[in-house]
Amino acid sequence: MQRLISLACMMVLGFGSAASAQESDLFPTIPKALYELETPHPDDIRENHMNYLRHDRDATMRLGDRDVEFSLKSCVDCHAVRGPDTSFVTIDNDAYFCKACHVYAAVKIDCFECHNSRPQAIELTGMFGADDMDALNAYLEEISE
Amino acid sequence: MKLPLLKSKNDATDIGRRQFLKSGAAMVTVTLAPGVTVMAYGGAAAAQANPATRWGLLIDVNKCAKDCTACVSACSNENGWQDTGNPATDAQWIRKVELRNPQTGLEQSLAVMCQHCENPPCVDVCPTGASFKRPDGIVLVDKHICIGCRYCMMACPYKARSFIHEPVTDQKPHAPRGKGTVEGCTLCVHRVDEGQQPACVDACNTTGNGAMIFGDLNDPESEIAIQLATYASSAIRSDLGLNPGVRYQNL
Repeated sequence: MQRLISLACMMVLGFGSAASAQESDLFPTIPKALYELETPHPDDIRENHMNYLRHDRDATMRLGDRDVEFSLKSCVDCHAVRGPDTSFVTIDNDAYFCKACHVYAAVKIDCFECHNSRPQAIELTGMFGADDMDALNAYLEEISE
Repeated sequence: MKLPLLKSKNDATDIGRRQFLKSGAAMVTVTLAPGVTVMAYGGAAAAQANPATRWGLLIDVNKCAKDCTACVSACSNENGWQDTGNPATDAQWIRKVELRNPQTGLEQSLAVMCQHCENPPCVDVCPTGASFKRPDGIVLVDKHICIGCRYCMMACPYKARSFIHEPVTDQKPHAPRGKGTVEGCTLCVHRVDEGQQPACVDACNTTGNGAMIFGDLNDPESEIAIQLATYASSAIRSDLGLNPGVRYQNL
């Protein structure tokens, strides 16, 4: 599952630059992802994320291939948005990443009727803030002993 | 999830979440064009459900104590289903069943869950193909295409499947579940794919009575296959010819 973590962030980056060129109240505000991808290709992801997710979910569920590139869990974990109380928001909140575009485009999203929309694995880094590598390393050292 | 240690801070100038969660598996990804990616794996090929494998469980009914529900609570914790006080509709991925022989008075207790049949009737009757058997013998529900018709629940002789009647929130990330779909024991497929045992087996070995063995029925070297070859065992409703992957000893 390691390398699938990806996907996410690129969308935001691409959207950000596009948005700045044509900033307008009509354009949705896209929350920034927590991490950056090594090889971002945001246009492709923005257009085809549903197809990639559908393809890889079948590979994982039906064939047991856990080493796929795209997974909803990775999207959710990287595109985490904090609410006013600093905890991560769920799909119920209008600030949720997916909602920015899906509400704008009026496309119903039903992934989260079964999947959990709250980021999980990211909570560990969230404790320290994404940049605090020292604290993170110390913590990892501690728990791996 | 086992966390890999990060590299020293000097060569970790731009460590993102990707690296952070990357394990030791060497892997090269080359992007040829948007959407076209070539992936090369170092070492073993991509792990997939192996068709040569048949996962199964062996439950020793003599060791399965009447008052012990370690497996049931472990399953509930692992997969995020619980009693909501409506026994008629609550999900039960695994349950303890009490048996009493009226002639001898012998009382037995055993855990019953999806038996992961070789010829699963739930798969036969499913009108959408949502109920399916993985190449390694694990029987699952594809909730993306399950329409909630519940034919599989009617077809299953073990009453192993449940229908979700109420909206569900805060599911376990590895066990998505939602209203209007059917669910059942997954043999903890997310753990099995990582080389672990199902949660019920772990719990039975640690806090229970060590009555459960998990393993590959097709591997003659595995403990479960040795036990099955050495001692008598039985399948529930073996008369139906379903060849379940869950077997019982001393039943």
